[in-house]
Formats: sequence, C-alpha cells, structure tokens
Amino acid sequence: MTSLSGPLPGARNRSSRAPDRLFRGAAAVAAGLVVVLLIAVGVLLTVSSWETWQRFGLSFLTGLDWDPVKGIYGALPFIVGTLMTAAIGMVIAVPIGLLTAIFLAELAPRWLAIPLGFLVELLAAIPSVVIGLWGVFVLSPLLRDTVEAWLAGSIGKVIPLFAGPSFGVGIFAAGVILAIMVLPTIVSISREVINAVPNSQREAMLALGSTRWEMTTKAVLPYARSGIIGAMILGLGRALGETMAVTMVVGNNPQIPSSLLGQGQTIASEIATTFSEASVGLQTSSLIALGLTLLGMTIILNILARLLIRRVAGDGVGMASGG
Amino acid sequence: MTATPTTLPHSLIRSRTDARRALVDRFFRGLCLVAAVVGIVPLFAVIGFVVVNGAGGLNLDLLTKAPKASGVGGGAVASILGSLQLVSVATVIAVPIGVLAAVYTSEFGGRRSAAIIRFSADVMVGIPSILIGVFVFTFLVLPFHQFNAFAGSAALAFLMVPVVMRTTEEIIRLIPNSLREASLALGVPAWRTILSIVLRTGLGGILTGIMLAVARAAGETAPLLFTALGSRLVNVGSFDKPMDALPMFVFINARQPISALNEQAWGAALLLLLFVLTINILVRIRTFSGRRPR
Repeated sequence: MTSLSGPLPGARNRSSRAPDRLFRGAAAVAAGLVVVLLIAVGVLLTVSSWETWQRFGLSFLTGLDWDPVKGIYGALPFIVGTLMTAAIGMVIAVPIGLLTAIFLAELAPRWLAIPLGFLVELLAAIPSVVIGLWGVFVLSPLLRDTVEAWLAGSIGKVIPLFAGPSFGVGIFAAGVILAIMVLPTIVSISREVINAVPNSQREAMLALGSTRWEMTTKAVLPYARSGIIGAMILGLGRALGETMAVTMVVGNNPQIPSSLLGQGQTIASEIATTFSEASVGLQTSSLIALGLTLLGMTIILNILARLLIRRVAGDGVGMASGG
Repeated sequence: MTATPTTLPHSLIRSRTDARRALVDRFFRGLCLVAAVVGIVPLFAVIGFVVVNGAGGLNLDLLTKAPKASGVGGGAVASILGSLQLVSVATVIAVPIGVLAAVYTSEFGGRRSAAIIRFSADVMVGIPSILIGVFVFTFLVLPFHQFNAFAGSAALAFLMVPVVMRTTEEIIRLIPNSLREASLALGVPAWRTILSIVLRTGLGGILTGIMLAVARAAGETAPLLFTALGSRLVNVGSFDKPMDALPMFVFINARQPISALNEQAWGAALLLLLFVLTINILVRIRTFSGRRPR
C-alpha cells in the first residue's frame, strides 16, 4: 500500500496543495462518517429507549409480560423466541455448513467446487422477503405434514418441548428458515478460512500416509479452528437479527411458546410487526429498548467473530454475508 | 497390500486398519458431498416455486397499473417506481461516501485509523437491517412526525456504504504502485492521481461492488418498514411522503388472506428475484476465475 500522505513530491507550489488537502479532507470525513454512524446507532437507540430503562431497569429483560394496554413491557418472550429460533437454525446449519465448506475447499475438484460454491452464495442474494414468502406457502405446510407431525407423534409424547399441536407456521419453521439463511455465511467464510490454511500443513500430513479425511480433520481443521468458530458466530449473529422471513413464519405470538412447534415471536419480528403502529412514548421506547438489546447481542457476536476470523485468514474475509 | 500373514504379520494388521481408514475416508467424503447437495436444495426450491407461482402473477397489470385505493386489483406500479426512487437516491448518497472512505483507508489513512475504520465497516454489515430502520426512524421520522421516502433512502444508503467501501478497497489494493508512482513523478497532484489513475483503473471492479450493493438494497424490506412505510399512492418525486417498495409489496400482500393478493405477491417476488439474481450472476460471470468480488 502506498501512502500518499506527507509532503508530496510534485507539490512544491501552494496552488496545487489546496485541492489535495480538500480531497484528503473529504476522504477523511467519509471514513470518519463510517465510525461515527456506527457509534450513533448505539447512542441514539440508548437515548430513545431511555424512558423504558428508567421505568423498568434491567427487569425489562426478564419481564414475562408485554402488554401495551396495561403499559407493562417485559422482553423475555421475545428474547426466548429469538434464542430458540436461532438455536434450531444453528443446529441444522452448522454441520451441513461445515461439511459443505470442507467439500468445497478440500475434496471437490475445481470444476465442481466453483459452480457449487457460487450456488451456495447465490442463496445469500435472495431477498429475505422472498424466502419468507416461500416459507409461508411452501415450507411451513410441508414441515407441518412431515417433520413436525412426526416429532409431535413420537418424541413429543415424552418430551413436552417437541409436543404438538403443530401449525406449520411457528418457532420450528422459523428455525429451519434461519438455517437456510445462515448457511451461505457459514459455508463461504469457513471455506475461505480453510483455504487460508498453508499447504505445508496438508503436505506434511499426507506425507505421513494419512487419508484425505484424516488430513482434513487432523491438520487442516485444527489450524482453521478459531476462524471456523468465527464463521459460526457470524452466522449466529445473522440468525438473531434476521427479520422478514422470520416475521412471516414465526407465528407472531408474543408469549414464550411451550413447545418448539408452538408459535412465538422474536425481537426482530416483534419490532417489524408492531413498530410502525406503536404509540409514541413508552411503547415506542420499549420497542427501541428491544432493538438495543438485539444490537448489543449482535455487535458483541460480530466483534468476537471478526477477531477470530482475522486470526486465521487475515483482513478482508467475510464480506459475503449480505442481508 | 499383498503381503502374506506368514512372512509379514505386521502388514496384515496394517492392511486391516488401512481398510478401515479407507472406509472412514470414503464415508465422510461422501457425507460432505451429501451436505453440499442438501445445501443447494433450498436455492432451487425457492427459485423453482417463485418461478412457477409467480409466472401467473407477473402480468401486464402488475407492471403497468397502480394499486387500487382499497380492495383487490390494480398492480404494483407504486412499488416498482418507489423502489426505483428509494434505491437510486440511496445509491447517490452511499457511493461517494463508500468510495471516499475506501480511498482514505487505502491511500491516506495510517495503519491504525484504517484498521479501525475497516473494522467499523465490518461490524456495520453485521447490524440487523431492521435496527437500521429503527435508527433512521429516531432522527429522520420522529422529529418530523411523518414517515418519508428520504428516510427510506437514508436507511438503504446505510446498508450500502460498507459494501461499496470494502469492495472498492479490495480493488484499489490490486492496482500496482508503479501506476501511482508514474503519475506522481509526472507532477500530477495526489487527488488527480487517485481520481484519474487509481479509481479510473479500478472502475470496473468498483461498479461491480456498487451493483452488488444495489441488488442488496433493492431486496431489503426491514429498514423501510418504519422509514418509507409503504403507500398505495404513486408518490414518486417526493421525498417527504411515505413511499412503497417492491419488497414491501411482497410482504404486505403475502399476509393478506386473499388468494388474488397472494398471487400478486408471488408475481412481485418473481420480479424482485429476477432483478437480484441477474445482477449477481452477471457480476459473477464478469469476475469469473478471478477473486471473489465481495
């Protein structure tokens, strides 16, 4: 990287320095704006939700009731809904994503890895609302009649967490949708991290007579471990904040569901469904407080993930995760 | 392994483990292939259903008629034109900020400040888009007591800036220093060197990044819900009134218990999907065999 700062060789006369300074200043302002905006998000959400924090304090986070009529606001149903859907999503997406990443980076021949990798990433480009539309009309009925019916009829009879009735639309469907939506993030970043593992690791292992799979699990994955964990955390961050598709399939029921097949609401989906009609004052403030809670969770996860990924693969990895 | 047990008992043991190891190897390699196939099934399922269900809804009415003030009928003109305006204005705001920020981090900034700015942009990408909507609401909607199109564009611009910035940066990095040095040696001031040598050389790549950011913004619903809000009226040209967008049209019509409206949602989804996938595929073909563009 050349640095063009400092005294410039061709800029002896003052007249040519002024535009340089101006240009440099404009670039600095734009760059500063990125940092300022990020801080502003946190500050403005805190200020706008102050009324709620003052009224309820931290018990806002543990309150069970969300009742705009009585003016009681507790975020726990939405926090639980968010964590449940994200957990289901991760349980499905992590093994599939990791194995896919290994396949693309280590096993597949080039002619297959390139188009396959492209297709997986193309999934990330599909707008959330389109996936939600498909989720409501295609996936949910399918899940209701197959997986959910089976779960409710077998495990559900013993463990209440999987008990019916199943509506199709609900926490489980939202989890499956999330799995689909975070898969590209997990695959593409894990894959880049695995690609960043030096070949000497592989060669040394193969030279000892290992098989491809042994090489992968014993020489490649341990080396890439922190980056792969970072990829998963980044996926988790996306799952927590994903809004439209989840809003459309989660059921929009502001209570803690008793079963994974029940209907619930996540933080993001509660904001999406009620914010524009909320009365200015405590209700809006409480919704923004929900938003701040979500922001806190996702920012911590994102910072953690970036640091982990950077440790293995250096700068510039992981821009693929679009919204 | 062809060794006989009488002469080389050791090899027999080894060959048995070898067989097991080979089996494990095969099994897991197969499992990886299965996982990869499972991973792309949803893509085809979504595209397939949107094409089949949307083909009926994507008709001339949808493309040319404004929605009726109430009830069923009409088309998505308000949403299509609304999307065009919202995304265009957002692009006009986001591109200069993103490109200039990239110029700063790669050409001017010190190591430390550049790292902080890059990190901020990365974290910004991770903020749930719905919170961008809430953020913009607090300072562009609440003080004016009016949902408005400009707030919608601002929210989309917020999403586009880090994407434009990081892609531009990656392109600028690839431009050889000799070009900069040659220009500076000729006495061209730094600002002109950057504008007409560095950015000019990387123009194709930068446009690619902008197109990806546009595709992303065009598909976003969440940041618009409480900024542009949505509207049944064709408000194109105004910045202070609510405005509809194609993704919001899909969202709202999908939630109505009327099959004619659901069909319109599928049609609009197909339109949206065609736009977004075309951009992504074109970008990929352009940069095929090169580094990933984003």
